[in-house]
Amino acid sequence: MSTDIKPLIQMKNIEKHFGRVIALAGVSVDIFPGECHCLLGDNGAGKSTFIKTMSGVHKPTHGEILFDGVPMQFADPRDAITAGIATVHQHLAMIPLMSVSRNFFMGNEPQKSFGPFKVFDHAHANEVTMTEMRKMGINLRGPDQAVGTLSGGERQTVAIARAVHFGAKVLILDEPTSALGVRQTANVLATIDKVRKQGVAVVFITHNVRHAMAVGDRFTVLNRGKTLGTATRGEVSPEELQDLMAGGQELATLEGSLGGTV
Amino acid sequence: MSQANEAIESDERVKRISPLRKALIRPELGGMCGTVIVFVLFLIFAGDSGMFSPQGVMNWSQVSAQFMIIAVGACLLMIAGEFDLSVGSMIGFASMIMAIFATTFGWPMWLAILVTFAITISLGAMNGLIVVRTGLPSFIVTLAFLFILRGFAIFLPYAFEGKSNIGGIKEISEGDWLASVFGGKIFKGLFQWMGDNELIATFSRGTKAGQPVIEGIPMLIVWALGLIFLGHFILTRTKFGNWIFAAGGDSEAARNSGVPVDRVKILLFMFTAFCATVLATVQVMEFSSADAGRGLLKEFEAIIAVVIGGALLTGGYGSVLGAALGALIFGVVQQGLFFAGVESSLFRVFLGVILLGAVILNTYIRRIITGER
Repeated sequence: MSTDIKPLIQMKNIEKHFGRVIALAGVSVDIFPGECHCLLGDNGAGKSTFIKTMSGVHKPTHGEILFDGVPMQFADPRDAITAGIATVHQHLAMIPLMSVSRNFFMGNEPQKSFGPFKVFDHAHANEVTMTEMRKMGINLRGPDQAVGTLSGGERQTVAIARAVHFGAKVLILDEPTSALGVRQTANVLATIDKVRKQGVAVVFITHNVRHAMAVGDRFTVLNRGKTLGTATRGEVSPEELQDLMAGGQELATLEGSLGGTV
Repeated sequence: MSQANEAIESDERVKRISPLRKALIRPELGGMCGTVIVFVLFLIFAGDSGMFSPQGVMNWSQVSAQFMIIAVGACLLMIAGEFDLSVGSMIGFASMIMAIFATTFGWPMWLAILVTFAITISLGAMNGLIVVRTGLPSFIVTLAFLFILRGFAIFLPYAFEGKSNIGGIKEISEGDWLASVFGGKIFKGLFQWMGDNELIATFSRGTKAGQPVIEGIPMLIVWALGLIFLGHFILTRTKFGNWIFAAGGDSEAARNSGVPVDRVKILLFMFTAFCATVLATVQVMEFSSADAGRGLLKEFEAIIAVVIGGALLTGGYGSVLGAALGALIFGVVQQGLFFAGVESSLFRVFLGVILLGAVILNTYIRRIITGER
């Protein structure tokens, strides 16, 4: 990252406590436009709490969040979405029984006037959906094809394309590849690459080092609510990331028998 | 990269869908097939019984229209992922308070009707509020209202009048502008003209001699057609319709995308109450009375019509036109068995069989749509 680009989001020393549980104990991360920032961590490391704080679901107990250089004050996730921070969840994103076009515009339905009434502009919605899907490399049979017929990877791609179409500047992807097969994962990673090149900041949460290494520009590892800093691509090896995630020693003993396959 | 792209462009693992198959996976399919089958059967077995004479048609049309009115509300609500089991009791309750306002309280009919609508729509909102606030299944919440409202429908007339049936509405509603919106008939002139020109039969004797056997189109049918059109339009052509599908398909995903799921559900509970009250008002005008037992089991009949019409019990999929066809099948069979001289208790057997068939067909269609195995 060159120094003349200003970070889009600065999270400074974020702490989040739930009662007596300290979920985050002082995490600092900067997110730059056009980068894919991988947030790695094992289960329970605090990844989810961290991204929920970033997307306005949780308020930090201590610490400061700057969005575009201004302290961020989001009352709820709606505000965050309006400001351009979109979260794509692994499940909970698409409705299988609805058409791709209806899903794409869910919550943002285009309308046209029909006499005194406002009606859903299906023609416009279908056209935009087909164009956006083609850009992402998905060939639909038609805009009325149900999302249920798409593969898991394609669904993630539709969700990502939708977020970008509606003006997301920061795209938070919550484990988008964890339940996908090899080819579908490749598709999603390719999508992340396309989106990044459009200048969108991608926060890619995963616990799979290989997936992170494939597209990541910078890597932040969370372990037990803390971060050991952010590494830039080329500075770290996959093995080092793996070690950091697991907290060092524990995995080292396993390493021999697993032969580096994890 | 380029290899990955090529792989996406021609996915050999997705079969092309033939246009016929595509036409088949419509929610209305079951309703359409059912309608055709039912009409063919009755044309064969009851074709000469007067079932398809003008009076016969008017007979089953009116019965179907009653089912249609409540099916439209139940359909939109079911697509949004909720049930309302209190519809039948709401009909009884609405007709009872309306009659009490008009007779015991002596209010003009229009005021009684408007206040009744205000009360029942508020009750619908309460149903909805409780469901979305507590997160309880609507099944159990509206089951409670089924008993509460039926209880009041029985208690109130005893408390005010000491009887279970309140009559004399016709005299009160005479000439009332709002009462005629629910109880009147339209196109009377047209039918008189058709009678005069011998297009339809006229009465040959008695006080009605010379008048056509069908006086006009009852407002009941006008309301049914109007509500079907409104429901279909909202569901397929508006933003709110998209929200209805989304709320029922996956309320969490819908919320994540900014759909006001709670508001959608509450509004649809209110709409269901509105539909129930429309039917209650039409019945009060037609029978000139209110009875504590009115609307019994109507909630289930509405749900059956909706399911025959292709909606999924789990929400997220369905069609108002389908539900209307379901209601038509319902009405035609109920009256058709009577015309065909079949023991009417067999109607229930038929109902159970067709319900089971419809549910199985719907599940199959859903699998095709979503590609589930």
